[in-house]
Amino acid sequence: MRKIEEQFFKVLMILATLIILSALFFIIVTVVKRGLPAMNWDMITKIPGGGFYIGKEGGLLNAIMGSIFIVIGSTFLGLLISVPIVIYCNIYLPEKSLLADVTRLASDVLFGIPSIVYGAFGFTLMVYMGLRTSLLGGIIAITLLIIPILIRSMDEVARLIPKELKEATLSLGATRYETIRVMLKQIAPGITTAILLSIGRAIGDAASVLFTAGYTDSIPTSLGQPAATLPLAIFFQLSSPIQEVQNRAYAAALILTFIVLVLSLAARFYSRKYSKNKI
Amino acid sequence: MTFLNHTQIRVIKNKAAKHVMLGLTLFSLLLVLIIGLSLYFKSVPILKLHSLWSLLSESNWRPFKGQFGFFPFIMGTLWVTGIAIVIATPLCILAGIYLSEYAHANVKRIVFPMIDILAGIPPVVYGVWGVLVVVPFIADKLAPHFVDYSSGYSVLAGGIVLAIMIIPLLISILFEIFAAIPKELRDASLSLGATNWQTIKFVIIRKSMPGILAALVLSISRAFGETIAVLMVCGNIPVLPKSVFDSGYPLPALIANNYGEMLSIPLYDSALMFAAFILFIIIVLFNTISRIILKRIEKKFAL
Repeated sequence: MRKIEEQFFKVLMILATLIILSALFFIIVTVVKRGLPAMNWDMITKIPGGGFYIGKEGGLLNAIMGSIFIVIGSTFLGLLISVPIVIYCNIYLPEKSLLADVTRLASDVLFGIPSIVYGAFGFTLMVYMGLRTSLLGGIIAITLLIIPILIRSMDEVARLIPKELKEATLSLGATRYETIRVMLKQIAPGITTAILLSIGRAIGDAASVLFTAGYTDSIPTSLGQPAATLPLAIFFQLSSPIQEVQNRAYAAALILTFIVLVLSLAARFYSRKYSKNKI
Repeated sequence: MTFLNHTQIRVIKNKAAKHVMLGLTLFSLLLVLIIGLSLYFKSVPILKLHSLWSLLSESNWRPFKGQFGFFPFIMGTLWVTGIAIVIATPLCILAGIYLSEYAHANVKRIVFPMIDILAGIPPVVYGVWGVLVVVPFIADKLAPHFVDYSSGYSVLAGGIVLAIMIIPLLISILFEIFAAIPKELRDASLSLGATNWQTIKFVIIRKSMPGILAALVLSISRAFGETIAVLMVCGNIPVLPKSVFDSGYPLPALIANNYGEMLSIPLYDSALMFAAFILFIIIVLFNTISRIILKRIEKKFAL
């Protein structure tokens, strides 16, 4: 009897795991099946002709460039803010520090705040600063969105640095500021993983750029112009009654899924490579 | 004018860096507060005109007439979140136990990267999948057995899509909790003659109960705030859903859908910011509680 019960639940568990994995498989098959026929050279080299919602001509270059600009800008800004925080919590503060614990909790909480709230907050901030929907607005909102991801994943690696290393550098007469160079070398793979993860989130999020970056047919040439993004290209064009426009949405979904797939595998590869060479 | 020697410059650099970094760290702490406060101040105009209770409990949503009842949206959110949790929880607990107790290292080596990918897929792509697969399935295959007509754009569709979206988060936390149970506890149970399954049932699940609850609370708060995917499949009609095949209109979808017009109607932007404020408060509360519980567990078993 006990054997039968165990067998029964074991089958159930394997089934549950298979259901979860098949969901992933199913989603990717759907995206590829619709996206592949819609892909062509024009998709990635031309901006939409005659309006993104009704024009049958052209492709997604506006959204691709917009997404790239926003990702570069926000990753740069995000690193500028998050790297010093991680360094401060792990080098300057003592090992058991309330401030470090509270900072970690805060970044966990910030990580949980949905992107629509960042979008609404970003929009409020923009109104306050007198900005319209623009590339800059999108960069600000996405930066806020990825800061907690960057802090969390870099902190995870930084905490693993043996404290003997820090003590050794300090005992040689280095100031804490000079220790940073040694530490950064230690957490470099962690920074790479963090960047890959945050790019994945930044490029795929729609709710936060909806209010802040807006949408446009053209490629932005300055920070003050609105910028199209890949997720919004999917969101807006999917609901169009015109087949050619819908195809642009499917192509964008395929591009986005492919990017995220590569980023996620690369992040895993880097973090594994790191854990092998850990001292 | 005195010239600083080399050591003094080094010390000054060190101090300057310290202060800049402390400032940034405090900024990240304050950010939670700043977001909360700015959303609150934006929702003050509507809170002045209507009481909090009437906003939350009334069902009339007519922004043009100045009526703002959030009840249908709150119910819409609760429906999709509830359905998602009901679907995802048993799947994740079963799969989590399988992965931590039974699965071979090779199986884990395949499964975890796949869960990573599932976690990385953008919400909008889940939405595309929902529109292309889940919605037609409900409209053509499932709903005709139960109700006369359903467009498929329903709280059930939202719940199914949302369930798959929270699975990666839920399963990875659950796996960590199960795996954190000390080996001695398992060995003690096994040495008393319990089978593997009895050990799981009476030791592992019981020991990880607080962790399971914290993981659930965390997933609920993730589901609460999910916007685009749910917006794409839920139908977005501001009435109370009567069955799972009815359309619903969750709070995040309300905010995302109406931003374009919100500046032209008085109080509309305040109402939408109030919606964002409700989401913010619930999610920060849930997150803080569950993270603290999870940290405690981590510390307890980390010996």
